[in-house]
Amino acid sequence: MNLGPHAFYIVGSYAAAALIVVAMLMWVALDYRRQLRMLAELDAQGVTRRSERAAGDVA
Amino acid sequence: MEGNTVVNTVDPALPDGRSTPMKRPMSLLDYANPSRFLSFADRVIPWLTGLTALVFAFGLSQALFVAPDDYQQGATVKIMFLHVPSAWLAMFGWTLMSIAALGTLVWRHPLADVAAKTVAPIGAGFTLLCLITGSLWGRPMWGTYWVWDARLTSFFVLFLMYLGVIALWRTVEEPARAARAAAILTLVGAVNLPIIKYSVDWWNTLHQPASVMRLGKPAIDSAILTPLMIMTLAFTLLFVTLHFAAMRNEILRRRVRTMLLMKAGRAPGN
Repeated sequence: MNLGPHAFYIVGSYAAAALIVVAMLMWVALDYRRQLRMLAELDAQGVTRRSERAAGDVA
Repeated sequence: MEGNTVVNTVDPALPDGRSTPMKRPMSLLDYANPSRFLSFADRVIPWLTGLTALVFAFGLSQALFVAPDDYQQGATVKIMFLHVPSAWLAMFGWTLMSIAALGTLVWRHPLADVAAKTVAPIGAGFTLLCLITGSLWGRPMWGTYWVWDARLTSFFVLFLMYLGVIALWRTVEEPARAARAAAILTLVGAVNLPIIKYSVDWWNTLHQPASVMRLGKPAIDSAILTPLMIMTLAFTLLFVTLHFAAMRNEILRRRVRTMLLMKAGRAPGN
């Protein structure tokens, strides 16, 4: 693959795309882990939402 | 995406109209329930992630190793495989936010403001990618990284509007109030979409006119158009995957918020 005299701009574009895509993927993945951890912590403290309590009562 | 679910339906055979559990196929509207959306997202996201990776691998191999250089632009045409899909998705993101804004304001749809809020950072990411790749493409082709012509300026305004919506969501703490304010801002900002699209026709710009989305045949040869379409599909799948994952996060965040409020309400002195 010969990128010619403008290789810097082409490689720079693909590097910027990779950086932005990885940043968005990391944002979503880390946020997901954070929310699950907080839910587990609250659950361990005995805090439950009303809908969950109602479902538990019926069951 | 269809399964069976037990729903309470009013049975016309019963004189007092009592509801009885009946089985009916799930429709798309059933996924509007946050709990159902969570289980749907849990099932779909791994498949979408795999499909996105596969289409990206194929698209990049086509774009980098199969597509020929342009007779005028040389190898810099490879920047187009990033620039054009990100431009389309930047505008698609705002369109999606506008539809969700209508859902918030008119129908008060339970997932509408979740959808709107989570599109904004993704749309901003694609807009930034479009601006950076356009700038890096412009330097060798136009002799400048940036010029304040109508297309570039209106696209930069789109990026600022995305940042404005994100800032608004972060400023107003109560989600329902933030949703209404962001929805109004989104619908006002939608005026910019036709300005971006037709800026190259209405004004004399350095940016070229439309080459793919235009009346008649695209002005691009199929040897370059085909990899462009594959890369567009890959970026669209990435957008959808990120959006589903971000919506799942937002629903969980609201559950955490509710539970924290309940915990605070139970604290001594309340």
